[in-house]
Amino acid sequence: MNIHEYQAKDVLRRYGVPIPPGDVATTPDEAEAIARRVGKAVMVKAQVHAGGRGKAGGVKYCPTPEAAREKAQAILGMTIKDLVVEKVLVTEAADIGTEAYVGIIVDRATKKAVFMVSAAGGIDIEEVAASTPEKIKYFPVDPRYGLLPFEAQQLGFFLYEDAKQARAAAKIMQQLYQAFVENGCSLAEINPLVVTPAGEVIAVDAKMVIDDNELERRKDLEALRDESSEAPSEVDARNANLTFIKLDGNVGCVVNGAGLAMATMDLVKYYGGEPANFLDIGGSSNPEKVVNALRIITSDPSVRAILFNIFGGITRTDDVANGIVTATKQNPLKVPIVIRLTGTNEEIAVRILEENGFAAMTDMDEAVKKAVQLATERATEGGK
Amino acid sequence: MSVFIDRSTKLIVQGITGRDGSFHTRQMIEYGTQVVAGVTPGKGGQTFDDAVPVFNTVEEAVQATGANTSVIYVPPPFAADAMMEAAAAGVQFIVCITEGVPVIDMLRVRPYVIERGARLLGPNCPGLITPGQSKVGIIPGRICTPGHVGVVSRSGTLTYEVVNHLTRAGLGQSTCVGIGGDPINGTGFIDVLEAFEHDPDTRVVAMMGEIGGTDEQDAAEFIRTRMSKPVVGFIAGQTAPPGRRMGHAGAIISGSSGTAAEKIEAFERAGMGVAKRPIDFVELVRERLG
Repeated sequence: MNIHEYQAKDVLRRYGVPIPPGDVATTPDEAEAIARRVGKAVMVKAQVHAGGRGKAGGVKYCPTPEAAREKAQAILGMTIKDLVVEKVLVTEAADIGTEAYVGIIVDRATKKAVFMVSAAGGIDIEEVAASTPEKIKYFPVDPRYGLLPFEAQQLGFFLYEDAKQARAAAKIMQQLYQAFVENGCSLAEINPLVVTPAGEVIAVDAKMVIDDNELERRKDLEALRDESSEAPSEVDARNANLTFIKLDGNVGCVVNGAGLAMATMDLVKYYGGEPANFLDIGGSSNPEKVVNALRIITSDPSVRAILFNIFGGITRTDDVANGIVTATKQNPLKVPIVIRLTGTNEEIAVRILEENGFAAMTDMDEAVKKAVQLATERATEGGK
Repeated sequence: MSVFIDRSTKLIVQGITGRDGSFHTRQMIEYGTQVVAGVTPGKGGQTFDDAVPVFNTVEEAVQATGANTSVIYVPPPFAADAMMEAAAAGVQFIVCITEGVPVIDMLRVRPYVIERGARLLGPNCPGLITPGQSKVGIIPGRICTPGHVGVVSRSGTLTYEVVNHLTRAGLGQSTCVGIGGDPINGTGFIDVLEAFEHDPDTRVVAMMGEIGGTDEQDAAEFIRTRMSKPVVGFIAGQTAPPGRRMGHAGAIISGSSGTAAEKIEAFERAGMGVAKRPIDFVELVRERLG
């Protein structure tokens, strides 16, 4: 789960990371009031879950409270990478001497939490990684001991020659690691970590991604979720315990298991169609999930045909069949449906479907071909 | 022969009295797996289905039965502790089925298990099956048949799809291993490939990967340089859109890698057969079995 910059900064402040004062605003009035309280020039920053906010015009310098109101007015409601800006962070504009990068991530390759630091921070850090990798230091952390003081200091001196600055950075990195572990993050980063002309080391921007698996036991972190920043269909799906990603095609897919769901989308494409979505109903058996899945899929007007692809292992295919029957009784389908199911309780599932007027297929390739064909026909008719 | 489990495997089920644990214990017993003990704290002394003794701790279960393998079906908040308990009790092979284990927990579990000389499969995996001998986890037994194809995969139901195709075409399996897709897990592609390379009963390997990360590229490099047996690969997610990514750290550490195209290119460089569809495994594997 992504959290906003202002939320990440609130978390990091609790661990002692020096961060310029500021607050979040949802109206131009609030933005002006915060700027007045700060009492200095401020930055108004769009709070959306997307990179490249500055390049999109979502980050502005405001010398006065009136300017903060004006810029907030412009930024609130603007769209950055398909996301509407509902909140802005109004924060003291820091005097920037140098910009460094400090991040920590759960690394699949080394199977460890790895620190990455670079004196060449700022918005082009990915370019630095690609073209001058020697400017980035990688440091895997031993989870038994955490980031030890001497290790943090080594990283600090990799960033700064000045001992005072190196020690300040070291302290911030230990605080960042602590926040990373205690909040179940998969990523935490400060970019840029700034040295002001006065020699202070401060965090000017921060990002945190909370591991979704952490949220079940940490309701305080779940409460940081901002549903307004996500596509409504994706929020709906998550609340129904489904994984859903909207795509551009017209074949609506309902599949159990992420790998098979992706392979199904690939096969739709292979046979000349375009998937309308990724939807994984997961492992457990529950007709209600299928009802929810169908509701979400059919609410997408671009869907011309629906494809079920279920390989029952832990999932009982008769539960899926019952879900399809229940859902279509409540809301009769307006588009054709192709159902492929095989595995656990397949015979019962096929009987349930046939008794209710549905045809059931057992072969994945045949089912996908059929769904693509139906969607294409309907799309052509729709175009006439 | 086979990898990791066979008919001599003596299994403990951690979480045997839970909903998933009890259901799958019955399935494993029915398949022929030697389930010698169950563990549920507080239910020690009971007998599961009048057949399997239940203990309070893994240590007691190991001492009483000489079990060498454990499978875990406990809920996510307790899974990390269950894995470490099994390793501490001297269990050599630990299979964690539980989905949703926090990654911060796994950062500690992995080194703990390795230091005690145990192998961990999972978490968030379907487990493994050596057809005709033993099944540990949730892979449906009836889609498998004994033979000489080693199967290794990051996903569950996609594995079933491919194994089903193989079985229907008369291509049996030595062992099918689901490693799971979590970022920090116990056993990776390379561990399983190495085991298949040394298993006399495995003649061809079928491998199913997914987009994201560099595990498949690393596996391809291992196949190119260290394996004599032929491998056929598939990557799911060729049409998946790039995600909305937050922060820079992911891109810094993996660069541009992780796309299906890049992984397929690595497979081709390693001289592997590349399946475009799950059903393509049948012909590609058959050609290589000779």
